Amino acid sequence: MEKFTTHTGVGVPLRQSNVDTDQIIPAVYLKRITRTGFEDALFAAWRKDPAFILNQEPFNAGSVLVAGPDFGTGSSREHAVWALKDYGFKTVLSSRFADIFRGNSGKQGLLAAELAQDDIELIWKELENAPGTAVTVDLVSKTVRCSNIVAPFEIDDYTRWRLLEGLDDIGLTLQHEEDITAFEATRPSFKPKTLPAKLS
Amino acid sequence: MAKTLAEKVWDAHVVRKGDGEGANAQPDLLFIDLHLVHEVTSPQAFEGLRLAGRPLRRPDLTIATEDHNTPTLDIDKPIADLTSRTQIQTLRNNCQEFGVRLHSLGDAEQGIVHVVGPQLGLTQPGMTVVCGDSHTSTHGAFGALAMGIGTSEVEHVMATQTLSLKPFKTMAINVEGTLRPGVSAKDIILAVIAKIGTGGGQGYVLEYRGSAIRALSMEARMTICNMSIEAGARAGLVAPDQTTYDYMFGRPHAPQGAEWAAAVEYWNTLRSEDDATFDVEVDLDADTLEPFVTWGTNPGQGVSLSAKVPSPEDFGDENAKAAAERALQYMGLEAGTPMKDIRVDTVFLGSCTNSRMEDLRAAADIIRGRTKDPNIRMLVVPGSARVRLEAEAEGLDKVFKDFGAEWRFAGCSMCLGMNPDQLEPGERCASTSNRNFEGRQGKGGRTHLVSPVVAAATAVRGTLSSPSDLDPAPESAALSTDAA
Repeated sequence: MEKFTTHTGVGVPLRQSNVDTDQIIPAVYLKRITRTGFEDALFAAWRKDPAFILNQEPFNAGSVLVAGPDFGTGSSREHAVWALKDYGFKTVLSSRFADIFRGNSGKQGLLAAELAQDDIELIWKELENAPGTAVTVDLVSKTVRCSNIVAPFEIDDYTRWRLLEGLDDIGLTLQHEEDITAFEATRPSFKPKTLPAKLS
Repeated sequence: MAKTLAEKVWDAHVVRKGDGEGANAQPDLLFIDLHLVHEVTSPQAFEGLRLAGRPLRRPDLTIATEDHNTPTLDIDKPIADLTSRTQIQTLRNNCQEFGVRLHSLGDAEQGIVHVVGPQLGLTQPGMTVVCGDSHTSTHGAFGALAMGIGTSEVEHVMATQTLSLKPFKTMAINVEGTLRPGVSAKDIILAVIAKIGTGGGQGYVLEYRGSAIRALSMEARMTICNMSIEAGARAGLVAPDQTTYDYMFGRPHAPQGAEWAAAVEYWNTLRSEDDATFDVEVDLDADTLEPFVTWGTNPGQGVSLSAKVPSPEDFGDENAKAAAERALQYMGLEAGTPMKDIRVDTVFLGSCTNSRMEDLRAAADIIRGRTKDPNIRMLVVPGSARVRLEAEAEGLDKVFKDFGAEWRFAGCSMCLGMNPDQLEPGERCASTSNRNFEGRQGKGGRTHLVSPVVAAATAVRGTLSSPSDLDPAPESAALSTDAA
């Protein structure tokens, strides 16, 4: 995973709550078996509307998405994170993220930064008044800067550390393989196994 | 400190305690008892293993089925959509390469992953269950800690049989009282979501408690736990009891003989202690609950079926107001319209929420001896091939077909429209599924989430209806009291 320390880019105000993962990437795009190449799928239904924010300059070149509360609700599809990344987004700001989306973001190096809704509103206004305004998201100091707005954000310490270091989760866990093996030896025999298969 | 059920299950699976405080404090590493796999969220995970040269650690705790993408017609023919066909073939190749048990299209155990696990007896109390699917919360009905995960985590579980998980908060959902006839588990969970909101459960594991929950069958409990994610929760569960054991006994992978006794002894410990405290408690009155239905584009936008479409002005919060305005426009609805005046085009009976035997029976009890509204298209999609077989053995297929409904093969189908079962733009659907998001059931499609009996009554009258709105059936088809 690529390290994330700080990012500055064009902010995109998405004034909408409950942006679910079916909107971020509709299910028809989930048939692909690759992990990349989803840029066309991002907000595919909404992008058919010429008035949609990503169809307007300079927002189409945005890399910091500033969204309403409850971003990423619904399906567990990690494709939502892949699509945001493939389009060029490095970070999403919201006052509340769905748990699975936030987890998926952390695994893929997309920074999901949780800000107070009041700060989101201030940034929205700034980005709407001066389209193209850059937003800086600094993971080291956990702050967002946009013109003269400086706002703190929340992210759990472990995800922050992994993002800063660009660490591979599986590699980290496998350092504790002995613990896993020891635990496996204690698993009660009445607990089920899928193999050998038993059928009705 | 006295523990809740969720905390007990968590503690029983800690492989390695977290490092505690500090910038790089690692969370607890938990062992995963059962990993369910399907074609959509697994290909990139298998590919990740292959690229890193890692084996799949526990094929004996992993099971795969084909569900999201599969057709529900002509299943003996090659899948027409080439990308779908490739994805299914990829799952087959991967399962063979990594030694994973797979139930393919055409197999009697194929079906929606959350129907298959419990049906085989693989879902048991006190387990940790994960799947690359948000509705994994379904398995919580057994007192398991069951969570939906993303593809990176799927790969992590494949490689290590563990997950690093952030600690959760606990929320008790107390449902006391007795449901009235025609009111079911689906109405309970839709009412809960409307009450706490789509983000209300965020960071929490919900435990459904109270006399109304205890009175529910396992299939009804699965319906409730299934939609925990729609309230934003990490998971939802119900403490196991005799109802749970009766459901499990004799299932293929349920413990047998002395193992059964040992298991029950352990399962009996799986309840929240009387003096355990929940971070939040929410109460719902079952006595006064009415059939519930959604009017908007997220599952929290629901009302009683006897109510009217709300106005954006009813919402104090600016974001909720804007969301309501947008939802009404998308749904093509006027504020103030009685919900029961809303005419629908399609009725979908299926999905991991409501596609089990009880759901089919409850709907069949409503339509038996009645006539379908001629303008309604009704799809009945059993949750698994096994459910389809059992339903046919009871003659339910005939009831649906005589009524004029389409009797399909098992899969996720129109819940998310990855296969050809989709709504047309503007088409309105009363659906027993779990999500009414924009375009979820097909681009431009409009979804109202309902229970199986409301779906059935709607198919009769053509407008959103409760069973109590129906004229008596010619051959007195009594309403099933244990309707799911």
